[in-house]
Amino acid sequence: MSEKKSLGGVLMNGIVTENPTFRLVLGTCPTLAVTTSALNGLGMGAAATFVLVCSNVAISMLRKFIPDQVRIPAFIVVICTFVTMVQLLMQAFVPALYDSLGMFIPLIVVNCIILARAEAFASKNTPIASAADGLGMGIGFTLALTLMGSIRELIGNGSVFGVNVLGASYEPMLLIVLASGGFLTFGLLLGTFNLIVKKIEQKKTKKEAQAA
Amino acid sequence: MSLRISTAPHVHSPVTTQRLMLYVLIALLPAAAMGVYAFGFSALLVLGLACVSCVCAEFLWQKIARQPVRVGDLSALVTGLILGLNLPPTAPWWMVVIGSFFAIMIVKQLFGGLGDNFLNPALAARAVLLASWPVHMTHYVTPTFFKAGVDAVATATPLATKGASLMELFLGQIPGTIGEVSKAAILAGLLILLVTGTVRWRIPVILVASVFCWTWVLTGSPDAALMAILSGGVLFGAVFMATDYVTSPITNFAQIVYAFLAGLIIVLIRQYGSYPEGVTYGILLMNIASPLLDRFLPQRIYGYQKEVKKA
Repeated sequence: MSEKKSLGGVLMNGIVTENPTFRLVLGTCPTLAVTTSALNGLGMGAAATFVLVCSNVAISMLRKFIPDQVRIPAFIVVICTFVTMVQLLMQAFVPALYDSLGMFIPLIVVNCIILARAEAFASKNTPIASAADGLGMGIGFTLALTLMGSIRELIGNGSVFGVNVLGASYEPMLLIVLASGGFLTFGLLLGTFNLIVKKIEQKKTKKEAQAA
Repeated sequence: MSLRISTAPHVHSPVTTQRLMLYVLIALLPAAAMGVYAFGFSALLVLGLACVSCVCAEFLWQKIARQPVRVGDLSALVTGLILGLNLPPTAPWWMVVIGSFFAIMIVKQLFGGLGDNFLNPALAARAVLLASWPVHMTHYVTPTFFKAGVDAVATATPLATKGASLMELFLGQIPGTIGEVSKAAILAGLLILLVTGTVRWRIPVILVASVFCWTWVLTGSPDAALMAILSGGVLFGAVFMATDYVTSPITNFAQIVYAFLAGLIIVLIRQYGSYPEGVTYGILLMNIASPLLDRFLPQRIYGYQKEVKKA
């Protein structure tokens, strides 16, 4: 991990360079399961971001007190607390979203992005840097989920965020909102991102070669 | 001067990919002709569109990916024709085009092109279309044979109704996809494939026999077993899709196991599954298993003996 990065750098790291979904390929279970619509993706991303920021800050503040041997259980207890808060809040204020996300809200506890950030970043950095990291990772996750949800909703339902885009004559491709469609979309997006990153790196090395 | 360096044997064979594909195309022609004869002009349109869009998809991909354009090896044309024969004659044009592009670009080219696809492209595309637009994919019509006055009568597949006689099933006077209606034409195709040495008898014969035996065992009636192999896509799948070189096992014993298990899965889906037809999934599942079969059931090397354990 890069220890001496500016806050902005830490933030952008989560959104672009180490995008949890497309670069680190973490948290694929909710990514595949809940992205049947753009709204579900956004909701899941927001919930995970809230938990991520809060747990990162809490764990970072407690990092001197948590014994190394029991750090994973300690992290999970902290994360559980915030997940329960999110769950109760969503149930109270957005019951429709709560119903459609269902099982996957309590499962945020074992979301590997959150555990990974606690382990790799928050337990070694200051609370402010950890908050920035959590926010960056959260935004990266949310963007990825919303993008995937939008694509799947567009193809599988002809709409984005519930607004019909492709017109009434469009016959939705059911497969894309089924589980296998989730894998297909994820694989194709992952490949596209890898291709883009490869192209950018090729350009960089060319420029460096020219400059040298 | 460029020297080509390669390992022995240096013997050239006149059998090229192009020629094998040509044999398959010729073997598909009777089934295609019977399909067009049975369903009329709309079937011809579906077949033509599938062929054209598969070839276009292959050409476009190879242009975009800056690969040498190998449309001339005819493999895309074969995929297109098989896909077309797997569709009902009423398939809307956009569904045919999407299926073709999916088959070529996603199933075949993204995995490395001809020889590296882990699924039969036409069959995978059929599965995708079936899951995406089940209403269009199962909208079957009774063959009209260009009879005057009759346009098209929508019916369920005989697998669901069980109404047709064996002779009707054999000659193709039943609703179904374009290619699977006439069993006589498919058998003619098999004969062409066998005589030209394009495929061996093992996979098609054992697959059909496996479906026959398992249906007999599970239903207890030989009539139902005969019905099972003559209805739906069993014959078409066994002859033209299960035998795909790329996605079927290489060694003899592995091929036998492959065909036998594919038949078992087909019967299980038909008898206990929620789908009326299981040929697509039976063959696709065994496609995925075939590298495994090749690995665990290797051919015994001539002259090689197992080490005898000392007591």
